[in-house]
Amino acid sequence: MLDVVSFVPRAVAQSVPLLYGSTGEIITEKSGNLNLGIPGVMYVGGICGVIGSFLYERSLANPSDINALLGILIPVCCCLVGSLLMGLLYCFLTVTLRANQNVTGLAMTTFGVGFGNFFGGSLIKLTGAQVPSIALSATSNLFRRALPFASSLGWFGQVFLSYGFLAYIAFAVAFAASYVLENTRVGLQLRAVGEDPSTADAAGINITRYKYVATCLGCMIAGLGGLYYVMDYANGVWSNDAFGDRGWLALALVIFTIWRPKVSAIASILFGGLYILYVFIPSGPAVKELYKMLPYVVTIVVLVISSLRNKRENQPPESLGLPYFRENR
Amino acid sequence: MVHITKRKEMPVVQALAVRLGAILLALVVCGIVTTITTGLNPIDVYVTMIKGAFGTQRKIWILLQEIAILLCVALALTPAFRMKFWNLGGEGQILAGSLASAACMICLGDKIPNAALIALMLVTSVVAGAVWAGVPAAAKARWNTNETLFTLMMNYVATQLVAYFVIVWEVPKGSGNIGIINQATEAGWLPQIGSSKYLLNIVLVAILTVFMYLYLAYSKHGYEISVVGESASTARYVGIKVDRVIVRTLLLSGAVCGFAGFLLVAGTNHTLTTTIAGGRGFTAVMVAWLANFNPLVMVASSFLLVFMGQGAGEISTIYGLNHSFGDILTGIILFFIIGCEFFISYQVHFSKKEGGHDA
Repeated sequence: MLDVVSFVPRAVAQSVPLLYGSTGEIITEKSGNLNLGIPGVMYVGGICGVIGSFLYERSLANPSDINALLGILIPVCCCLVGSLLMGLLYCFLTVTLRANQNVTGLAMTTFGVGFGNFFGGSLIKLTGAQVPSIALSATSNLFRRALPFASSLGWFGQVFLSYGFLAYIAFAVAFAASYVLENTRVGLQLRAVGEDPSTADAAGINITRYKYVATCLGCMIAGLGGLYYVMDYANGVWSNDAFGDRGWLALALVIFTIWRPKVSAIASILFGGLYILYVFIPSGPAVKELYKMLPYVVTIVVLVISSLRNKRENQPPESLGLPYFRENR
Repeated sequence: MVHITKRKEMPVVQALAVRLGAILLALVVCGIVTTITTGLNPIDVYVTMIKGAFGTQRKIWILLQEIAILLCVALALTPAFRMKFWNLGGEGQILAGSLASAACMICLGDKIPNAALIALMLVTSVVAGAVWAGVPAAAKARWNTNETLFTLMMNYVATQLVAYFVIVWEVPKGSGNIGIINQATEAGWLPQIGSSKYLLNIVLVAILTVFMYLYLAYSKHGYEISVVGESASTARYVGIKVDRVIVRTLLLSGAVCGFAGFLLVAGTNHTLTTTIAGGRGFTAVMVAWLANFNPLVMVASSFLLVFMGQGAGEISTIYGLNHSFGDILTGIILFFIIGCEFFISYQVHFSKKEGGHDA
């Protein structure tokens, strides 16, 4: 029998990076930019946070007297700045220089994953530190601190209250993004930019600004997913390639939820569950590998069904992946 | 104010000069980045890179072999890209082809004559690759399903499928590796011609390059592909069956990817792993794009990317840096080349007049 009380927290822990990634990518895609660099951005976000807190922890005489506020703010800010730079790079190339989005995105993923693995693997050598591996346990403890009454509430506490603050922020961001996209003027204009930029342009919307802001914001949100993974899920231990294919899974989640962040909040838990289902189902080691296929298969099915039903509100943004030149109509 | 217009067409020499300029600029930036992050002298680093790629005869063969495989994948993706069908599933299609080849080698290794085995491997891997690309293509043709995302997802389905079979066939049990298949009998291994075991692969890909160039430039199919790529409605108007062109082209695309998988398993690696494709499905997208989808120019662009990879590998070995340093340098060069295309397609005018058009 599936042990729900231990299954759900692990599924949620898996879901948070996916949720950050997919929320960021949905905002980006709503502006018509298909950012395939998200996996790279999440690596950069993660490693920038690691670099920040590594340098901070090293500047302390004793890691245990870490300042809680600085210990959290430094990695978060480093992560946001790093992912923002990646977002700006993507926008500069695709929006200002009108480059091909797919190629730019893939180049960013190559660069970002390489950046993460390089600094993850060489940070100790580069700084001349006398430590065997990057283990930011003091910082990680700050990120993992659960709500104080979580342990006293039995299963309820374990299922709902046992996560670090970044997990709650992930869900808050997803719902906020959903609200902004559906119920505000900014959201309406953003969707207009993604659906039909020339009409939006004619209506007086600044296409360039919307694309820049949406993509950079999306990258910053996605970068937090990388930070959550290192600091909370992996206990502050960076190991190369450990983040794996979660970035692509986040892209799958975007399709699965048909570009809706609030659906993403629930669907990410489903994906997280599918991702670790093999741990909980007794089976041979070979069959486990087939279980890991599930999230992708489910995504393909949803992609096909949504194109099959051909309902207009279930389609990708109309101009997704296409650059916009005003002169090129 | 800045005002941007589309150029008619830049002369080839000038366009080449812009690209070379971008690469030079990128190399300078790479040098600065290298010095900042590692404190090494950038000139030394470049010398090491060149040594890493061309240093010994063995290294040159490996370089050529890597170029051949990457080029093969890029050639596979090109017909699809020319049609503006973004086949990002090269990785999965290579894996499907490799899996089919390896399956034949393992299951039929000592049961049928070697020539028949190799022929069977070739056919099954080409079919497997074609199927892997054909499914998204059929969905695109039938229901207009987004092909970028569909082919992307198919990569991971293939990866997990390979992971499953790796464990089913692992030798010894529990190692998580298949090891070299048929090491004693060499059944299903491509024969060695000439002095290097890589030569046959290289010759095969060279033939394929010429074939693909002729197919795209001079055949009726190639013409139909270009028309569909320019405008699907125009194609329909002149009587081209767009759906059929899409499926047919993607079957070809997947088949060639499957062929690349066959070359990897039968020609060089003689084993199957989940990482056998090594990201080539994605790198090849950039190779094809850099060459503006021209098969002959792709020889140069795949050389550039493989050289960066091999050279950076040498840097990491010699200076004790992480191997991923090459990815950073490759990324920087790509960003510059991607960016410079703008100056080839567009012209920037600066005018002193205030007001006017606001971008």
